[in-house]
Amino acid sequence: MGMTLAEKILARASGQERVTPGQYVTAQIDLAMAHEGLAAVFMNLARAGWTKVWDPSRIVALLDHYVPAPTERSAEIHKVVRAAVKQWGIQHFYGERAGICHQVLPEKGHILPGMLIVGTDSHTTTYGAFGAAGTGIGFTDMAYVFATGKLWFKVPETIRFDLQGKLPEGVMSKDIILSIAGKYSAEVAQYKAVEFIGPLAEEMSLASRMTMSNMAVEIGAKFGFFIPDQKVSDFLQGRGQTSFPLISPDADAPYEAIYQIEVSSLEPQVAYPYSVDNVRPVSEAQEVKIHQAFIGSCTNGRLEDLHMAVKILKGKKVHADVRLLIIPASWEIYQEAIKDGTLEALIDAGAVIGNSSCGPCFGAHMGLLGSEENCIAAINRNFKGRMGSQKAQVFLSSPATVAASALEGKITDPRNYL
Amino acid sequence: MEIIRGRVWKFGDNVDTDVITPGIYVDAPMEEMKKHVLEALNPRFAQEVSAGDILVAGKNFGCGSSRETAPDALKALGVAAVVAESFARIFFRNAIGIGLSVLPCPGVASLFQGGEEAELDILQAKVKNLSAGATLNGQPLHGDILEILSRGGTLPLLKSLAEKERIPKP
Ligand code: SF4
Repeated sequence: MGMTLAEKILARASGQERVTPGQYVTAQIDLAMAHEGLAAVFMNLARAGWTKVWDPSRIVALLDHYVPAPTERSAEIHKVVRAAVKQWGIQHFYGERAGICHQVLPEKGHILPGMLIVGTDSHTTTYGAFGAAGTGIGFTDMAYVFATGKLWFKVPETIRFDLQGKLPEGVMSKDIILSIAGKYSAEVAQYKAVEFIGPLAEEMSLASRMTMSNMAVEIGAKFGFFIPDQKVSDFLQGRGQTSFPLISPDADAPYEAIYQIEVSSLEPQVAYPYSVDNVRPVSEAQEVKIHQAFIGSCTNGRLEDLHMAVKILKGKKVHADVRLLIIPASWEIYQEAIKDGTLEALIDAGAVIGNSSCGPCFGAHMGLLGSEENCIAAINRNFKGRMGSQKAQVFLSSPATVAASALEGKITDPRNYL
Repeated sequence: MEIIRGRVWKFGDNVDTDVITPGIYVDAPMEEMKKHVLEALNPRFAQEVSAGDILVAGKNFGCGSSRETAPDALKALGVAAVVAESFARIFFRNAIGIGLSVLPCPGVASLFQGGEEAELDILQAKVKNLSAGATLNGQPLHGDILEILSRGGTLPLLKSLAEKERIPKP
């Protein structure tokens, strides 16, 4: 019997001909990513008596969660990170002028199909959009990786989502993943690998794929793959990479389940507080007043997301009671959005543009919410207290729905503006 | 591994890492951070939890971010173990990595009410409600995981590796 993408990559990385779900393996890591979490990894290693890392060329470190440092405490963490990068001779470091890890690593050509990648961040699943097995781990596991280059893994079962049909205008890949969470729950893929396949998956832009791979972890997944194709090769052209093989699952690979997802009549979706699977179509979500609207993060801070926002906002003004915050996910995106007039159109409409970083996404940087405030956000989580006050509410949607809602001051169907 | 006995704190499904340790405190010193553990769900918890207590929760415990502060802060408060219907992957790994005992045990949410006494045998994957006298079998942990837990987590393992390789101490 053949193997799924997850099985192929874990077999290769653990030096075995084949692996099967449920098996425990020790695998060699191809690439390790750490953001501000590096400070904690550094301390863990020091506590264990290690003074060097297994391979400084296979580690990418960067600052993205608190950029620029909003507090003295976060400034101190940045200092520790910079010192660790120097001490260990880490070869790839990106400071304040790069952006969010999951956007920056692909842009800088670090992510290749078939790689096994761990990061100190749960949304490391984003790299699945390039056919890489990316997954989040904690600081202690990462200390073990930094020291030895290896980590234990349980080989996951794989489930497939077969994406069919054509997305209606104003409906985005974000709406697909939200509807999957709503229909099948936030743990449908718990401890499993996911493969997004089918004609629509093939048609999708890399940016749209990244949104879904990113949120694979929100349905519990360990990896969130698309099958790498020409689009991945084209993207990697000129990003410092030479050639690499495109990897695909075997035709007779075993799947635990295959779900058919037909999108032709899909509406824009909204996840209500406080869980990603508390989802309703936008038509059932009217009359929720909005104080803040946010487009950004590793989920929806890419150029196609900003372009969608411009389509809706151009020549209009954001509602007087709404603050619209837009944060391009990386410097590369920021610069492109300057060049093509995107930022100007957004600013004209009343948006505040933030520095490429996580921003308010995880509740420790600018753009936080006060009590009894509602925010509609094109991000990935709406947990209690995630964006400031524990008495605030975050509603998740696509950038299109965020933009339309910013115009009306309440949750609004973007199709009214297209 | 020793048998754990303790008082039960009950939580529901999808307890996420942001409510365990809110983002705004994750870069604070542990002494500060631990005061806010789970406060959005139960404001009494962080003040009243005592060493040896056991968390019993529903499905998908620890979903959300990779922040290791979540199991760290529970351990710092003295929580001896978490038993849940199911765990989110990263929390599960992190708990093992830092040496906090965890046991997936379908059905456990209805076995306990808050405040009852639990007895936990991680090795045998057995959970007992001492107050009500009922027992459940959890999903046994893999040998490699038990090995890490019995050493107190991954760092002690790394330490002995470092000593083996005679890496000079800083
Ligand atoms: S943008 Fe949000 S979800 Fe993405 S890495 Fe930053 S904090 Fe995490």
